[in-house]
Amino acid sequence: MSSATTINPADLGVVESSPEENYLTHDKGILSWIFTLDHKRIGFMYLLSVLSAFALGGFFALLVRTELFFPGPGILTHDQYNQAMTLHGAVMVFLVIIPGIPAALGNIIMPLQLGAKDVAFPRLNLMSYHLWILGALFFISSLVISAADTGWTFYVPYSTMTPTAVIPAAFGAFILGFSSIFTGLNFIVTIHKLRPPGMTWFRLPLFVWALYSTAVIQVLATPVIGITLLMLIVERAFGLGIFDPALGGDPVLFQHFFWFYSHPAVYIMIVPAFGVVSELIAAFSRKEIFGYKFIAMSSVAIALLGFLVWGHHMFTSGQSVLAGTIFSAITFLIAIPTAIKIFNWVATMYKARIHLDTPMLYAIAFLWVFTIGGVTGVFLSTMSVDVHLHDTYFVVAHFHYVMMGGAITAFMGGLHYWWPKFSGKMYSEKQGRIGAILVFVGLNLTFFPQFVMGSRGMPRRYYNYLPEFQGLHQLSTIGAFTLGIGFVLTAVYLYASWTKGKKAPANPWGATTLEWTCASPPPYYNFHDTPEINRGPYDGYAQLRFDKDIQGYVPVK
Amino acid sequence: MTSSLLSSIALATELPKSPPSSDFWMPLDASTFAGDIDALYDLLFWVSTISTVLIMAVMFYFIAKYRAHGREANEISDETSHHNTALEITWSVIPLFLCIGIFVWGFRGFVDLRTSPRDALEIHVQGQKWKWLFTYPNGHVDSDLHVPVDRDVRVIIQSVDVLHSLFIPAFRTKMDAVPGRYTDLWFHATKTGDFPIFCAEYCGTSHSDMITHAIVHEAGGYEKWMAEIRAKLDNMDPVALGGLLYEQQGCKTCHSTDGSTLVGPSWQGLFGKQRTFADGTSTKADENYIKNSILNPVGQVVQGFAPAMPTYQGKLNDKQLTGIIEYIKTLK
Repeated sequence: MSSATTINPADLGVVESSPEENYLTHDKGILSWIFTLDHKRIGFMYLLSVLSAFALGGFFALLVRTELFFPGPGILTHDQYNQAMTLHGAVMVFLVIIPGIPAALGNIIMPLQLGAKDVAFPRLNLMSYHLWILGALFFISSLVISAADTGWTFYVPYSTMTPTAVIPAAFGAFILGFSSIFTGLNFIVTIHKLRPPGMTWFRLPLFVWALYSTAVIQVLATPVIGITLLMLIVERAFGLGIFDPALGGDPVLFQHFFWFYSHPAVYIMIVPAFGVVSELIAAFSRKEIFGYKFIAMSSVAIALLGFLVWGHHMFTSGQSVLAGTIFSAITFLIAIPTAIKIFNWVATMYKARIHLDTPMLYAIAFLWVFTIGGVTGVFLSTMSVDVHLHDTYFVVAHFHYVMMGGAITAFMGGLHYWWPKFSGKMYSEKQGRIGAILVFVGLNLTFFPQFVMGSRGMPRRYYNYLPEFQGLHQLSTIGAFTLGIGFVLTAVYLYASWTKGKKAPANPWGATTLEWTCASPPPYYNFHDTPEINRGPYDGYAQLRFDKDIQGYVPVK
Repeated sequence: MTSSLLSSIALATELPKSPPSSDFWMPLDASTFAGDIDALYDLLFWVSTISTVLIMAVMFYFIAKYRAHGREANEISDETSHHNTALEITWSVIPLFLCIGIFVWGFRGFVDLRTSPRDALEIHVQGQKWKWLFTYPNGHVDSDLHVPVDRDVRVIIQSVDVLHSLFIPAFRTKMDAVPGRYTDLWFHATKTGDFPIFCAEYCGTSHSDMITHAIVHEAGGYEKWMAEIRAKLDNMDPVALGGLLYEQQGCKTCHSTDGSTLVGPSWQGLFGKQRTFADGTSTKADENYIKNSILNPVGQVVQGFAPAMPTYQGKLNDKQLTGIIEYIKTLK
């Protein structure tokens, strides 16, 4: 990376756009959105859609938690509970977390960070979004016909026997897989081919590195779930006998196929979050990130190792001891690059100047919850301990600490960090901080008691439970409603900022990556001239000065 | 201990309750696995807690010490190094060694869990929606797991329909029931008592009601319980036998005796009633109808219900079938 003294302040400058020129106002009418090829508009539509799906998934979560406030029948019947539990999981995984950071935030930000005018294949990008909508419609059709009650894992032979509408849900997930593959393919080519002069691989922002690692997993792993779901559909419709033991099939085979995708999919969900958090920690510490290459390469290492550990979901499935041992050993290896990231983020704060704005509060919350999510993962990789903890609330707590606490917290941090860029408006900082604190408290209150009840033997996916677990379930439900209030508040103030927020400056946080050199919102073509890059992504904090009049940073004259 | 028949029947009708545990995190330890697994869990807990607290302490110290004074102050971070290979290697290698140690310990414990000793008492269990049926070496079938203390027990697991998972938290063990193949688990109970057994693999509507008892008898108590229940079953009048089988064989999970509709039709007022089937035909519920419905449940499925019941062919003898029929007759 070039040293700070060689940086020309003009490289950190602002490309002003006149109001009628930005991407939001460039074209008018609903069709100019539905058929746009602009990565920012597609990303924005993804963002709104993902947030709507998040509200739907959250609604099902609250139904589940309300039912569990008391043991025995409450507001739902057995079957309704199983459907709500399934829809919560399926919507959150397939419609929210997988596309959340790459397709929504990444679509808008990645080409800007790269210095490109768009992604490599704008039409493929639009098709990815249209497929997302189609997949979501299939999910909703399952909901309307007779919502699937298989759990998001679709395990056979239950999924081939249940009378509920499994085929529309599975087909929805199949289509969403294509949507995900298209995004991944597009990002790989974009990052390879559309870097402007001087943007070497090690001058890429860490968010771009994370999206690149994610895209590799999306392209290589997603076809497997596609094939698996097709086989499930064929099995269910025609009784083919791939998985059904009565027809000579093997139900454990389905678990292998399913986790061959769904474990790497966990990294599709969390690796982009690592990228967001790297950006947030650097920008709000106003300091070059510590151990850039280690963070970048650990994303790649996690993406590759993630393909070799699927069997750790199956220690009690009847898989051989030898297979389990190999999967356990490789799983432990993933702990190392994950730990490296956390250490480097904390080290970045050393002798920094830390600003505790809303996005940074989310980044700090991320470090807290993700560390807990990470270390509890080590419990589950340990074979003998996992036999006790497998399929209990300990697992539920662990993956919510990682998925909700990791991926969604980072998503929220990224959403608040880039919101001024997306919308051109500033949200209320005070309300933002209250929202972040509510989400953080709610998250820990919801999921920490689940570690305790899981260790004590409370199995997951239970409509009814033994009275001894009631107190812990009630704490968890109270936490879930706290979370709900935090998210509703966030929706309210973000909407308010859209309609009557203060105009956002180009660079409100004093960050050095390229997206902040565009106006907020960015002009239709992102950059008037192709930028030439002669510095690292986090060089130049000293060359930016806060301007009181515009409430944003400008290059030192 | 609970070795008398009467308490055994009473237990089957109520949910189990975990005995109090002195450990905040873990249920009472009642098998030889528990000592090793709990010790490893404790190690993991303390390593995790200490490392999390240290990371958070350093982070919050940095946040407090290096907090900026507002944006207008335009402070500039101190010049520090942005990479340090020695530091990176240090904080990679220390966790790596910890991980290797924990992996090896967990692996040894797992091999122990998966290696059944010879000469264990072998009990077969069959998972079905939504009941466990334990078959003892002498052929007795029961919905509860009864075992002697201080003896190796191997449970051979089957499923007749979908995936289930036999989970006994007090013994720290669990194994999936996979249709089409046998799986097994073993344990050596160290404490007498009544412990919950759960189904841990999602299996549909009443997954969360698939809970039963693991009853560990004191020395001699297991044999005594077995002798008592066999004698009682041999001498029972048909109605009482039917009532007992209703509890023990999983009937009650799906069929009520009070007229309420569960997964299957209620048994109340069933006998002598006209039944209409999914294919439109109908018949009167007599002795032969009930017998056929137990042995070939999907042959005549009553309108409005799913064909969900597994067959009891080979599991009930004629005397037991008669008992169930006579029991149903009493439910007016």
